[in-house]
Amino acid sequence: MTAEAKHPAIVQGLALAANSPIHADEQTRARDAWAQCQWPTRKTEAWKYTPVKALADGNFLSRPSADPELDNINMLYAIDQLNSVDLVFVDGQFQAQLSTDLSALPSGLNITALADAPSAVLAQYFNRAAGEHATLFGDLNTAALEQGFVVEVAKNADITQPVHIVNIATQTDACAVNARVLWLQHTGSRASLVEHFASSASATVFTNSITELFVGENAQCQHYRLHLEGEQNQHIGGVYSQLQKNARLNSFYVAMGANLQRVDVVTQFEGEGAEAVNNGVYLPRNKQITDFHTCIEHKVPHCTSNEIFRGIIGDSARAVFNGRIHIHKDAQKTLAELSNKNLLTSEKAEVNTKPELEIYADDVRCAHGATIAKIDPLAMYYLCSRGISKEEAQVLLSFGFINELIEQLENAAIAAFLRPIIATRFAKNPELTQHILTPTEAS
Amino acid sequence: MLNIENLQAKVGDKAILKGLNLSVKAGEVHAIMGPNGAGKSTLGHVLAGREGYEVTGGSATLDGKNILELECEVRAREGLFLAFQYPVEIPGVSNMEFLKASVDAVRAQRDLPALDAINFMKKAREACKAVDLDQQFLKRGVNEGFSGGEKKRNELMQMMLLEPRLAILDETDSGLDIDALQVVANGVNALRSPDRAFIVVTHYQRLLDYIVPDYVHVLADGKIVKSGDKSLALELEEKGYGWLEGGAA
Repeated sequence: MTAEAKHPAIVQGLALAANSPIHADEQTRARDAWAQCQWPTRKTEAWKYTPVKALADGNFLSRPSADPELDNINMLYAIDQLNSVDLVFVDGQFQAQLSTDLSALPSGLNITALADAPSAVLAQYFNRAAGEHATLFGDLNTAALEQGFVVEVAKNADITQPVHIVNIATQTDACAVNARVLWLQHTGSRASLVEHFASSASATVFTNSITELFVGENAQCQHYRLHLEGEQNQHIGGVYSQLQKNARLNSFYVAMGANLQRVDVVTQFEGEGAEAVNNGVYLPRNKQITDFHTCIEHKVPHCTSNEIFRGIIGDSARAVFNGRIHIHKDAQKTLAELSNKNLLTSEKAEVNTKPELEIYADDVRCAHGATIAKIDPLAMYYLCSRGISKEEAQVLLSFGFINELIEQLENAAIAAFLRPIIATRFAKNPELTQHILTPTEAS
Repeated sequence: MLNIENLQAKVGDKAILKGLNLSVKAGEVHAIMGPNGAGKSTLGHVLAGREGYEVTGGSATLDGKNILELECEVRAREGLFLAFQYPVEIPGVSNMEFLKASVDAVRAQRDLPALDAINFMKKAREACKAVDLDQQFLKRGVNEGFSGGEKKRNELMQMMLLEPRLAILDETDSGLDIDALQVVANGVNALRSPDRAFIVVTHYQRLLDYIVPDYVHVLADGKIVKSGDKSLALELEEKGYGWLEGGAA
């Protein structure tokens, strides 16, 4: 079958590929895979509740047509007190003038464009964590990629400044942007990555982002991924990680942006004694669709995974959560826990949650649970019985449900940044958030 | 202050209150005792305005106002306070945020300005101290992981900050040791004043050694079947409720 006989979106995607920063063979393979792929339909299990028809029909797969407006753009992504190394992309284009000087990074931190990265590094790591686990959009990303960066943390380096990788969408003519991060932490290193997606008010961009995290032996990675684009955008993304012996990965996801958002999270244990936390919150409203597909690959013994995702779904929005735990035959003494709790705040809101356990080892401890509920009437009553209005009580309870996870964040600047964004999400007017956003902490 | 006449209420399909009369004047402390299932907690929830507690007859007025018509939160702002038998845990919302929201709402109703953060903190710390609760509890989630006694003390702290006209304590003493019981009693006694009234629902005479009531009522099968002074509580302790229920039937 020729590509022309395929779905129009596939044909459009093929036309994007140019100026590849990666090895030609890799790009050719991805191009071929994309050319051969089946466009997902409602009968495709992995996309059953997440229609990607809009991506094709909206003719999204074209390149940005105008130069972005950069004045004051930092207002769209600044995080107070984060004190970060910034890497800023606007509509997929790296913006050196908005970014930290890459020649003056903290010792032990090295950031290189994919095109300039040593071929040995690319051969060893590029697409090795995503690879077979990525969706068809992973192939599109690899095939159509023009820019991307390798962030390398040297052996035993302790990088206290978070690396803040920002992707801002500004184009108003429905274009496609591919983003790619290769995060490489060597033995014994510590570092944090903040992936941040935002947009200008009128942007209508389809972002296709792939992040690969390689966390070396005894290395520790803190990872935040904030999806905060406007609701006219689309985002399909994937975070694929590989953890070596005794490595630690602590990830936190926030999904509030885009009218269609799908993120695949695949965590692979490659060495014993490693631990991964994947937590996240999603807050779709209006007609937003938010989809998290997570998968923990317990390939080796003595690893621990914890996962808590919480969602509040309002209006006519829909959330999809698919949490898979795959414990391979040799992965004895695995500890795996997964919890997914959902609050529906409207009659028309919908959630499709599915925990999936696949266990081939016999000496493991594995727990999972999923709940779907409305706001607890007893808690509402308690707050109202203290004079608090129903509107404010609803805001407090919604916020509290999410804030339980925000409180656990290690990075205080990110927690402080997220609190008002999340609180105001539930409130029609600022009065309703005044008590959660006015600091009254005992000194 | 509070006038309840022939109050009837049901929860679901079950009639619980079956013509209850009670009159409480400012400055008084009324104790309500009675067997399990008599409707003691229901009375508190009906007055506080809990959803699902349906009034099917009778009236209840607070300072002349028909409170049964008011939304739950408005009743609270009008000065009614119910200390819950089972306080609700609300993780993710700090006790401090909750208390400030609550105090602001009640003060607004009384045309009092909202307290600024510093003054509120001062009051909250004082209230903590008065109920022997560490200030760390202000930062924690509402009742989250509190022990039974800590939850009850937290209820009491709320009462102190909200300064209600009428406070209903629903088995605030249950599950408390003697020390905690005294803390609760001291808290209530400190708030006793000529323009405030209390309804103390309890199973045990013991609490009434510390909070001396003006009246003691026995609630059985949805009605007040006997009223008396504090000596009635002693009599009940001795004889149980059987003799009264028989007499009421």
